[in-house]
Amino acid sequence: MNYSEKVMDHFTNPRNVGEIPDADGIGEVGNAKCGDIMKMYLKIDGDTITDVKFKTFGCGAAVATSSMATEMIKGKTIDDALKLTNKAVMEALDGLPPVKVHCSVLAEEAVKAALSDYYTKQGVDPKLIIGEIPSCEECHEHD
Amino acid sequence: MEKRYIYADHAATTAVSDEVLKEMLPYFQEHFGNPSSIYAKGRENERAIIDARARVAKCLNADPKEIYFTAGGSESDNWAIKGTADRLAAKGKKHIITTVFEHHAVLHTCEFLEKHGFEVTYLPVSPEGLVNPEDVENAIRKDTALVTIMYANNEIGTIQPIPEIGAICKKHKVLFHTDAVQAVGNVEIDVKAQNIDMLSISGHKFHAPKGIGVLYVRKGILLPNLIHGGGQESGKRAGTENVPGIIGIAKALEIATADIPGKIAKLTPLRNKLIDGILKIDQTRLNGDREKRLCGNVNISIVGIEGESLLLMLDHYGVQASSGSACTSGSLDPSHVLLSLGLVHEVAHGSLRLSFGEEFTEEDANYILEVLPQIVDRLRSMSPMWETLTKENRKLV
Repeated sequence: MNYSEKVMDHFTNPRNVGEIPDADGIGEVGNAKCGDIMKMYLKIDGDTITDVKFKTFGCGAAVATSSMATEMIKGKTIDDALKLTNKAVMEALDGLPPVKVHCSVLAEEAVKAALSDYYTKQGVDPKLIIGEIPSCEECHEHD
Repeated sequence: MEKRYIYADHAATTAVSDEVLKEMLPYFQEHFGNPSSIYAKGRENERAIIDARARVAKCLNADPKEIYFTAGGSESDNWAIKGTADRLAAKGKKHIITTVFEHHAVLHTCEFLEKHGFEVTYLPVSPEGLVNPEDVENAIRKDTALVTIMYANNEIGTIQPIPEIGAICKKHKVLFHTDAVQAVGNVEIDVKAQNIDMLSISGHKFHAPKGIGVLYVRKGILLPNLIHGGGQESGKRAGTENVPGIIGIAKALEIATADIPGKIAKLTPLRNKLIDGILKIDQTRLNGDREKRLCGNVNISIVGIEGESLLLMLDHYGVQASSGSACTSGSLDPSHVLLSLGLVHEVAHGSLRLSFGEEFTEEDANYILEVLPQIVDRLRSMSPMWETLTKENRKLV
């Protein structure tokens, strides 16, 4: 597996690892069967994401994409965070091997799932803003 | 703690040893002749191959005429299985018996044959990763062409009851092939005493170069020609011989089989020390039988972490190892070998294989036992799966 230096950096020194006990939004995507779970915690003040933490069970790319995604949304507005794409995460990491592209998709979905939880807690239907977040089971079938 | 570099992936490949390289080197330049040529440079190399074939045969208690040089284990497996299938299909024998946890060189060849009208029985293995010889006997039918069962598993290192299976096949007059790629140099192989009809070997697993292998084919078994062309390998596998490779594999096999009990005596305590030490980590399980396993193989599942992350961290600490996780298998599912033992995906994703050779030391084992728990702690501390299991006080192993 040929990872870029940036991927290896974010894997060996992941940013924003941990939990936020009083998080305003928590999102978890993926599942253990597939070998990837990402959990993202957001602290939101007004429309700004003031803090973000993550926990990831997964491969090197899964850890690196979660780490990078947290860096990319920290201090940003919710609107900016909703615009985060897996492509942007990949580009920020100087690319991913083709078989690891799904990890960046998972990182994008983790952010959206956490924001979705935030809206739900605010009494707003997240589907109107974020839309449906596909479940992991839909992306592939197991033998 | 001082960083060490430990190569613990011998089951993947090994370096060419000094002794093997020394014996091979003259055949790249000085003795470059084509063994089929009439002049001295050719004749000398023809003799060198005759000699190498005899040396290989001696290590397996075979006859030199029963030894064919190939390009490696996968080629040997393909030739043995497809060749036998081709011959015996004409006699109405279109059934093959194998196991669910073979190497892909065997499994994918069997799947290929299924598409061409063959029926394949995939025998299950026990939760300890062992084939039951009775299952083999019960699966044999009138139209069974071949039984192909690996000598030792490449991931979990379990050593199969090959002599028992050989005796059963002989009794029922069914051909028996074994992929011995991982077993060579770790288990005493005697093709006659163990009733093995065909046996595959790969050089690079025991310090010969990559790209050279052996297929032993018992006298009287007529495999179809693999490569048509010149008269090399009794006309069965044409093409100018890989002379340095052939010299190399002969030397490497002699060294690997010279003192197998000595190797087992040296490595078994280190293997057991590693197993016992790693199993002290909460929620871990040994994959494969503890006793009937290669002396240089440790395979352990560590719940709550993913194999590739573990390998990258180990590499960061200087330890090169392997895993059966989906991420390292190149597919979305974890290793078929681990799943065949009854492991759930979640547990199979967090597997670690350490495979080592003669140069492995007590210091190496101590180093691994020191860094591994730290890595596991770190990865578990950031694992939502581990968090959930801990919260729910749930154990997966």
